[in-house]
Amino acid sequence: MLNYCAKRLLLLVPVFLAVSVVIFMIIHLVPGDPIDNMIQIGSSPEQKAALIARYGLDQPLLLQYSVWLRNLFTGDLGDAIIMRRPVFELIAENLPHSLRLGSLAFIFSTVVGIATGALAAVFKDSWIDRSVMALILLGSTLPSFWLGLLMILLFAVQLEWFPVSGARTWTALVLPVLTIGLHGVALVSRVTRAAMLDVGRRDFVLMLHAKGLSHRRIQLQHVLRHALLPVVTILSLRIGWIVGGAVTIEFVFARPGLGSLLITSLAQRDYPVVQGCLLMLAMAVMLGTLLGDMVQAAMDPRVRDSLR
Amino acid sequence: MSGLRKTALWRVVSTWRGGLSLAVMLLLALAAVFAPWVAPYPYDIQNLSATNKDPSMGHWLGTDEFGRDVLSRIIFGARTSLAVALTGISVSVTLGMCLGAAAGYFGGLFDRAVTAVVDLTWSFPEVLIALIFVAILGPGLYSTMVAISIAYLAQFSRLTRAQIMAIKNETYVEAAANLGSGHLHILFRHLLPNAITPVIVAGMLATGDAIILEATLGFFGLGVQPPKPSWGAMMSSGTAQIFLAPWTILGPGLAIAVAVVSINLFGDALIDALDIRNRVRDL
Amino acid sequence: MALLDVSDLSVGIGALQPLDRISFALKKGRILGLVGESGSGKSLTAMALMGLLPLIGARVSGGSVRFDDTELVGLPEEVYRSLRGRRMALITQNPMTSLDPMLRVGAQIDQVGQLHLGLSAAAAKASSIDLLRQLRIPDSATVHQQYPHQMSGGMKQRVVIAMALAGEPELIIADEPTTALDVTIQAQIIQILVDLVRQRGLALVLITHDMGVVAQACDQVVVLYAGRVAESNTVDAIFARPTHPYTQALIACIPRAGQAPGSLKGIAGMVPSVGSYAPGCRYHPRCGKAQPICQGEVPVLQLQAEHRVACHFAQPQGAHG
Repeated sequence: MLNYCAKRLLLLVPVFLAVSVVIFMIIHLVPGDPIDNMIQIGSSPEQKAALIARYGLDQPLLLQYSVWLRNLFTGDLGDAIIMRRPVFELIAENLPHSLRLGSLAFIFSTVVGIATGALAAVFKDSWIDRSVMALILLGSTLPSFWLGLLMILLFAVQLEWFPVSGARTWTALVLPVLTIGLHGVALVSRVTRAAMLDVGRRDFVLMLHAKGLSHRRIQLQHVLRHALLPVVTILSLRIGWIVGGAVTIEFVFARPGLGSLLITSLAQRDYPVVQGCLLMLAMAVMLGTLLGDMVQAAMDPRVRDSLR
Repeated sequence: MSGLRKTALWRVVSTWRGGLSLAVMLLLALAAVFAPWVAPYPYDIQNLSATNKDPSMGHWLGTDEFGRDVLSRIIFGARTSLAVALTGISVSVTLGMCLGAAAGYFGGLFDRAVTAVVDLTWSFPEVLIALIFVAILGPGLYSTMVAISIAYLAQFSRLTRAQIMAIKNETYVEAAANLGSGHLHILFRHLLPNAITPVIVAGMLATGDAIILEATLGFFGLGVQPPKPSWGAMMSSGTAQIFLAPWTILGPGLAIAVAVVSINLFGDALIDALDIRNRVRDL
Repeated sequence: MALLDVSDLSVGIGALQPLDRISFALKKGRILGLVGESGSGKSLTAMALMGLLPLIGARVSGGSVRFDDTELVGLPEEVYRSLRGRRMALITQNPMTSLDPMLRVGAQIDQVGQLHLGLSAAAAKASSIDLLRQLRIPDSATVHQQYPHQMSGGMKQRVVIAMALAGEPELIIADEPTTALDVTIQAQIIQILVDLVRQRGLALVLITHDMGVVAQACDQVVVLYAGRVAESNTVDAIFARPTHPYTQALIACIPRAGQAPGSLKGIAGMVPSVGSYAPGCRYHPRCGKAQPICQGEVPVLQLQAEHRVACHFAQPQGAHG
């Protein structure tokens, strides 16, 4: 197990490097002089010179990249053009909000998804099953930002149960979590249901019956464990969607967070902030995927052997 | 079209799920293509004395903050959404199939390199990839198309590769190779035609996602720029009027939902009819 | 007294009747071979005996199965469950899929002892390791801790056999236990099963499509065709004097050493699928001796104590080589 984790962590390095190169190149691919893209209009030559020295902007590209990378590890992500603050600070302020939203949405999706999926499988073809299937259809086809707007319209504007936007109270979390979560519930539920039905048909389940185990014990102790495997697989493959969902929903609900920070700075062409946010979000996806892989390895012995 | 596909199409159309969704899709497509004739008003005529009006006989879905007819803007917006989504996905499918076929067929280091890169994009949310491209290329129609092409590349590449690898070891391919057929010939004549069906269906389903992605970018203000109408942008400007004129949000949203749901239902019915669920299963 | 007494057992799936009035009896210490081609209803018989038909959407539609004086048909599920794994055990065809891939094999064997014999974890483990050793698995303590995917097919099947034995059963039903294995391993596994029966006085129902295996291992044979018994007899008698045309054809199909090339025999036609059975004798479309009467109903004749044959023209053939 440790073997697998070590190798998997090692794999993270080239992935991180590749992603960081792409993000680094943004400033150089965008039209205009990189220096102008990193600094405010109307800056003095001394300020420009200071910037050049700090980021090695007069050096060849490869060296610039290494300087950028080194700065990254010391926490220097550059300064925001518009807000004139270190990017690191901006990110540090917004990260907790995104984390809160993301983790709550994840927990909500996982728990509700597994529960509804299992129920649908156990009561296959009943009204429970059909309602869950309808929920799955809606959750997977409706665009999340529309769902969010609908929620706002219904629960915030009409019924006034929750605030329309912002993050001042904990109630402000409910609608955003539900919005992101519904999509996740659809995904998890669908996979859980299919997995439980699929596993139930397998030969070894027949053998478990032949050994004299009771149906309930078989479902809970054996089938569910197997069914969770595809669920974890899907979740770890698609962990990215939480990040994507969070980005969108933060913007829809005008919540503080990395997502809204990214969108607004993109519109304002504040590239240092854009790079910082993209990097953070990409790291979130990579770490999430890594975690998912490790959980899978812990659950399934076949995965552990796959990196030999 | 082979006999199997013809009968499959018929089977799909004759069910409620398949026939209805196909009808809706065609309706939308026709409305988009013939927008100037179908829409009651041009999309950019402003009427500042009649802003944010509720639905009425003259304006079936009301007017927006500039007095423009919402329904007309939705119909013209369909053009944008469908064009962008279809173009983006077509490019994505083509590129993805080439990559995947090459990787699956030639194997070795090339395959591992391609798979590594593809898997990387696979785990990233489409929104994030799209935003990276918007960052580089700036907001607008073309960057949205490029973003869509790249964001969905991974699944087509993986699908094609899987199909190719499954078929490549069949004996008839070996026979062709023994007869002296070149690589390209084998690829195009034997392998790709068999691999193509699940990829096409996956492409159709991805179009629905692409429409959502385009709308999301538009909602952020980073997609197609005004005055071109786009569903996402309409909803975005609608949020300012959320208390006064909810129709400006509901209308486009409903259009997106109807488009995507019908695409998904049709694609799903097609998968069942062609019996390729195991090949197109959620990768 | 027979340990297992099956009498006119019929199995239905929906409106179809894949098994029609199967009868046979088995005593302790004896091996019964249930032979037939694919689709003859062999596996269904196994499932019916174990009471697992509901799992595949089937049900017993008639007849009786007496296991040591207990009527199994209609037995309440909780009682049946106490029998399964404890007094009667099943070995299925494909060892690749009959073990839980996520658990160590040892734990899967231990489970039986813990459930049915009330063994502690340690006692069950010791017993399982011993069982594996008896089944000639080298280094059984290590193997006990392995996962199924780390083993070969032959090893896995021995684990499955160990699982079957762990509850100390009196009856084992082996459904094509060697079909999925290499030819070289097949003989070993069959020998293991035969030895177990002799040493422990078990009763074994050995389901197979291979007449060669029957000749090697079984004491008595039941030949199934399309859900009905074609013929049943002791193994010596059935090879010496096969009476039903189907039995004769099956025996003729066994390849022999020194056979001339191109002389391998088959039986023309295919086993009919359930629902498309011919009226009357279900074999008559493929039978060389078919007459118009074969389309009428076919009675089961009892010629001698252990010999039953269902054919209008039952005529024992001479001894076969």
